[in-house]
Amino acid sequence: MKILVCISKSPDTTSKIAFTDGNKQFDENGVQYIVNPYDEWYALVRGLELKETLGGNLTIITVGNAADEAIIRKALAIGADDAVRIDADPKDAYFTAIQIAEYAKSNGFDLILTGKETINYNGSQVAGMIAEAMDLPFVSLATKLDINGTTARMEQEIVGGVQVVEANLPLVVSCAKGMAEQRIPNMRGIMAARTKPLTVVAPSATEELTAYAEYGLPAPKSAVKMIDPNNMDELVALLHNEAKVI
Amino acid sequence: MNILVYINSSNHLAKSALEAVTYAKKIGGTITVVATGSVDDATLGTLGEYGAQKVLVDRSVATEDSQQVTRLIAKAAESTGAELIVFSHDLVAKAVAPRLSVRLKAGLVSGAVDVPNASGQVKVNVFSGKAFGFVEVKSAKKIISLLPNSFQPEKTGSACPVEAFDGAAGTAVIKVVETKMPEGEIPLPEAELVVSAGRGLKGPENWGIVEDLAKALGAATACSRPVADIGWRPHHEHVGQTGVAIRPNLYIAAGISGAIQHLAGVNGSKVIVVINTDPEAPFFKAADYGVVGDAFDVLPKLTEAVKKFRSTPH
Repeated sequence: MKILVCISKSPDTTSKIAFTDGNKQFDENGVQYIVNPYDEWYALVRGLELKETLGGNLTIITVGNAADEAIIRKALAIGADDAVRIDADPKDAYFTAIQIAEYAKSNGFDLILTGKETINYNGSQVAGMIAEAMDLPFVSLATKLDINGTTARMEQEIVGGVQVVEANLPLVVSCAKGMAEQRIPNMRGIMAARTKPLTVVAPSATEELTAYAEYGLPAPKSAVKMIDPNNMDELVALLHNEAKVI
Repeated sequence: MNILVYINSSNHLAKSALEAVTYAKKIGGTITVVATGSVDDATLGTLGEYGAQKVLVDRSVATEDSQQVTRLIAKAAESTGAELIVFSHDLVAKAVAPRLSVRLKAGLVSGAVDVPNASGQVKVNVFSGKAFGFVEVKSAKKIISLLPNSFQPEKTGSACPVEAFDGAAGTAVIKVVETKMPEGEIPLPEAELVVSAGRGLKGPENWGIVEDLAKALGAATACSRPVADIGWRPHHEHVGQTGVAIRPNLYIAAGISGAIQHLAGVNGSKVIVVINTDPEAPFFKAADYGVVGDAFDVLPKLTEAVKKFRSTPH
């Protein structure tokens, strides 16, 4: 079983979000980058559990610059066997997906996993784009994933319930909550990560299809209106007459 | 401009499908809908009231198979000369729109909250709702996936023709083997009213007062991450940065302090009510209405007030 897990960096969940250069650039000043939680907690950990049960190899891949090797080492410390870094700035989802697909095409993976989205751009685009570029089936936002021989069985949350689907490998899956539990790397893992193989690959020539022209921050909320806990009739009246939500 | 809108409603037309057609109408152009799912022709024809000129339908396509749906839409896009393809940003769109982007080399905007501005840029939420951005699409063909509950459906016309369409979609390689639909629960991502609680409730046995309020309002129930992680509530109820992001009209939070990760999942709510014993709880800064008090005292009182309100005509 050869598994490829795609990871992206994202700002720590507690980061203060600000912009510079006339609101055209994300302000990285003071921002701590982490492995995107969906990639780490769900895609990587479930990939490791499958590898531990079925045997095989788990490779992580990211499109990024040398500075991103910190998140690669973190993923290796959690348990990935080896890593690939495509040496390019991940300009947009299309550019990123094509880079990963180009690498994956010539390396015969049975299973390609991603998180359901990054917590910075929330696009939920890269996994589906990889699948199309490789002409593979794709299951989005899976909350469970099991492998039996060459068949994968997954669960997805649909409106009002859960849908169980099956597909044959090779397959691309994006992973959501429910798939696995977060793993904290131990000291042995952290030490071993230092010497695990990390291959740097030159990017292929690909254009980008989208760009962020500008960013902004939502207008601050007007001050909260406090209601006496003994006057819930007033709250209900406000929700009806003023907020018009009930 | 030729616009193609994809919808995948089963049983009845989802509100999100009406929103997507309304959105296309607001952008303006010749609007064709391509539909999968089990909705009958007469019902599909009512999409004309929201701006569609024609509906193409291929009921043989399995919505769970993103390759089939992608082939169908690509063919419909070619036959209608579509320059823009619009989705509602649901589970099917999240699988199909990225595929279509690669197939057509059309830039994709996911989770649009507004029509393109004068420069053609499309507003989206980024950083889990902590900021917004304007996306410029560089390709000639474009795809926009509209965030549900961003536009209200508007009727402007009359019913339109519905034609069978052969999407030449091939065979399905992803199969649904089982569907589990719990009875009587309001699905959280679609709920317009949500009552949520956190560790302040002290234990799963106390959730009755949360469910009572939800029942009185006709609301879905939700919870904070710690509550899902310790198993007091099921994972699918966890709203927040790493759980479900929701955008209801009303979000009532009891016994939740309002950590930044929780806010990221609910900051799209139109109105937020926060109930907390701690007047310094950070959630009050993000709230429209606040009640400083014990959830065990306030929730039953609020439930009674809602019941009283519901039992009188308005």
